[in-house]
Amino acid sequence: MEKLYTFLKYTFITLWTVFIVAPFLWAVSTSFKDFQSVNSKVTYIPWLDFEPTLEGWRVLVKSPARGGVDIVEPYFNSIFVTCTASLVSIVLGTLAAYALSRFTFKAGFVRNNDITFFFISQRIMPPIVLSIPFFIFLSTIGLLDSLLGLVVVYIVLLMPIAVWIMVDFFNRVPKELDETALIDGCNPYQAFYKVVLPNSIPGLIVAGMFCIIFGWIDFFFAFILTFTEVQLLPVKVVALNSSITPWWSLSASALISVAPLIIVAFVVERYLSKGNLSGALK
Amino acid sequence: MNLIGEHITYKPDDQFHLNDVSFNFKKGNLYTILGRTLSGKTTFLKTIAGLLNPDSGNLSFEEKNFSKIPVWERNVAMVYQQFINYPHLNVYENIIFPLKQRKLSQDKIKTDVEEALKTVGLIGFENRKIQELSGGQQQRVALARSLAKKAKILLLDEPLVNLDYKLREQLREEFKRIFSEGMSQDTILIYSTTDPQEVMELNGEVIVLDEGKVLQKGPAKEIFENPLNLKVAEISNDPPMNILKGLKNSDNLNFENISIKSPKHFKNLENQNYNFGIRASEIKLDENGEEFEIELAEISGSETLLHLKKGNSKLIALIEEVMNFKIHQKVKIIFNSNKFYAFNQSGELVSSPYGANNG
Repeated sequence: MEKLYTFLKYTFITLWTVFIVAPFLWAVSTSFKDFQSVNSKVTYIPWLDFEPTLEGWRVLVKSPARGGVDIVEPYFNSIFVTCTASLVSIVLGTLAAYALSRFTFKAGFVRNNDITFFFISQRIMPPIVLSIPFFIFLSTIGLLDSLLGLVVVYIVLLMPIAVWIMVDFFNRVPKELDETALIDGCNPYQAFYKVVLPNSIPGLIVAGMFCIIFGWIDFFFAFILTFTEVQLLPVKVVALNSSITPWWSLSASALISVAPLIIVAFVVERYLSKGNLSGALK
Repeated sequence: MNLIGEHITYKPDDQFHLNDVSFNFKKGNLYTILGRTLSGKTTFLKTIAGLLNPDSGNLSFEEKNFSKIPVWERNVAMVYQQFINYPHLNVYENIIFPLKQRKLSQDKIKTDVEEALKTVGLIGFENRKIQELSGGQQQRVALARSLAKKAKILLLDEPLVNLDYKLREQLREEFKRIFSEGMSQDTILIYSTTDPQEVMELNGEVIVLDEGKVLQKGPAKEIFENPLNLKVAEISNDPPMNILKGLKNSDNLNFENISIKSPKHFKNLENQNYNFGIRASEIKLDENGEEFEIELAEISGSETLLHLKKGNSKLIALIEEVMNFKIHQKVKIIFNSNKFYAFNQSGELVSSPYGANNG
C-alpha cells in the first residue's frame, strides 16, 4: 500500500512536471530558431536539427527604427507599475486589514465583514464591468495612457488581495499579543509596528507575492487604458504577433516575461521554508 | 494608596460580564479571583489593566482616577493563560521589551532582567527562541517579563491552566515561593483561577466570582470553612460539595432513604427542610454504613473518586487510596456528620461545622 502510494505520487509528479516544463523547453528551443527552421520541418535539437541563432532575442532589444521591437521600455514600465502598485497596496492593505481585524466598525448597517466584502467584491466582479468607469475616471483626471494612471488602477485591483490575505492572517494572530504589547508600554501604533508587524512577515510575503503576480500578468487594463505613450509588457508581447507570426521572438519575449515570476517564486519558497516564519505563532 | 473599584459593571451584550463589582486591594497583598470558566475573571483583570472600559463604576489607584489613564501608562503587568510572548524575539529580548519601552538605563535593565531570570529559573536560556521552549518554560518567560517590569499591579490570569499536571504542580510551588520572597511590598498581586486547591495553597484574600457578580470575599480559610451559599460551596470545592435535600427533626437528619443522627452543631437549628452539604472527602467506606451503587469510579493520583447513587440521591466520595471498583458494584459508606453544612431553602448558609451559625 505504502509502495503503491509512493509509486502513484511520483508518477503524478513526473507527468505534471512534463506537462509544465514541455512548453518551456519548446519555447527555449524555438527562441533560438530562425524562419527556416520553424517553417520548413519539425526540428528539436540545436546544432543537429537546426542551426541556433540569437536573432529572435536580438530583435527584442533593437529599436523599431532598426527593424527591432524594443521590449526593454515596456519591460521596465511593467516592473515600475507592478512594484509601485504592489507596495502601495501592501502598505495600505495591511493597515486596513489590521483595523478590520482588531476594531469594530459600525456605520448604519455596515459592519467589519461588509467592509471586507466590499474589498473582495472588487475582484469578484468581472473586470470588464470596471473598464468603462476606469476609462472615464482616468480620462477625466488626465491620466489615460500614463504610468501614474496605471499605478492608480492597479492599486484598486491589488489592494483587495492584500486586504483579504492580511485580514485572514491578522485574525489568526492572537489578540492577546497586541494586548500584551499595550500592557508592556506600547501605544497602539507601537504595538502594531513593534510587535504585530514583525510577526506578520509570512503573511506580508504571501500577500506581496500575489500582488506582484496579479499585477504583472494583467493584460486587460494595460490594453484598454494605454495607447501609444506607455505600453506594458503583456500588451507589447501580444502585439508582436502580426501577419507573420515571429515564433522565435515571441518565444524569447514570453520567456523573459515569466522570468521575474519564476525568480519571485524561488525566493519566496526559500523564505517561507525557513520554517521559523511560518511557525512563528501557534 | 490602594486599588479601589466601586460598582464596576460591564455588560457588552445581554449578559453581565461584571455586575456591580466593588473591591479595595491593598499593596503587598495577594488576591485570588475564584470562579468557573466564563464567570468574568478575565474581564475583571482586563478592566484593571485598562484593556476594557466598564460601562459604569469607578476605578482608582493611588488616589488617581485609573479609568482616565490608558493601558500603556498604567504600569501593570499581566500573564495570560495562553503563553503569550513575542515570537519574533528571543528570551532575553522578550524580557527587556517592557523595560526598553520605559527607557530605563542599560545597567538597570541588565540587573533587573538577571534577577527576573534567576527568579523563574531560566538562567542560560537567554538566547533561546520562544518556539524552542516547552509550555512551562514559555510561561516562565511571560512571568519573568512581568516580574522584571516591577509593575505595581501584577495580574495573573489562570497562568497554570494550560500546563500538564506535573508542570502545574511544580510551577505552583514556585509561584508560592516567588510570591512570598520575590514580591516587593509595593505590589498588588491578583491571581485568577478555577481551581479551589490553588486558592487554598496560595492562601491569599479570595474573591468568589460567578456570572460577573461577587458572591463572597474573605481569606481562603474563611471561604473554605464558611461558604456563604450553595454556589460558593460548589465553586470552592473540587469535587464540588455534595448537596442533599433533607428534613431535620430533633434527633435525625432524614434524606430520601437514609436517616443519620443529627450532629451537635445543628442543635440550635430549627426543625425543617434544608439543603445539607458534605464534602466528598468526608464520606468514608464503612461496613456498617449505607449501601450505595457505584456509577463511576475514577482514580486520580493517589485518590479514588466514587460517583455513588441510591434512589435519586447522587453523591461523590473521595477515597484516599487507590482501589479498583466495578461499575454497579454496591459499597457501604458513612458520613462524617460533624462536617455537615446546612443551607436554607434559598441556598444561604445557616450552619457550618466551623462556627458560622445564622440559624
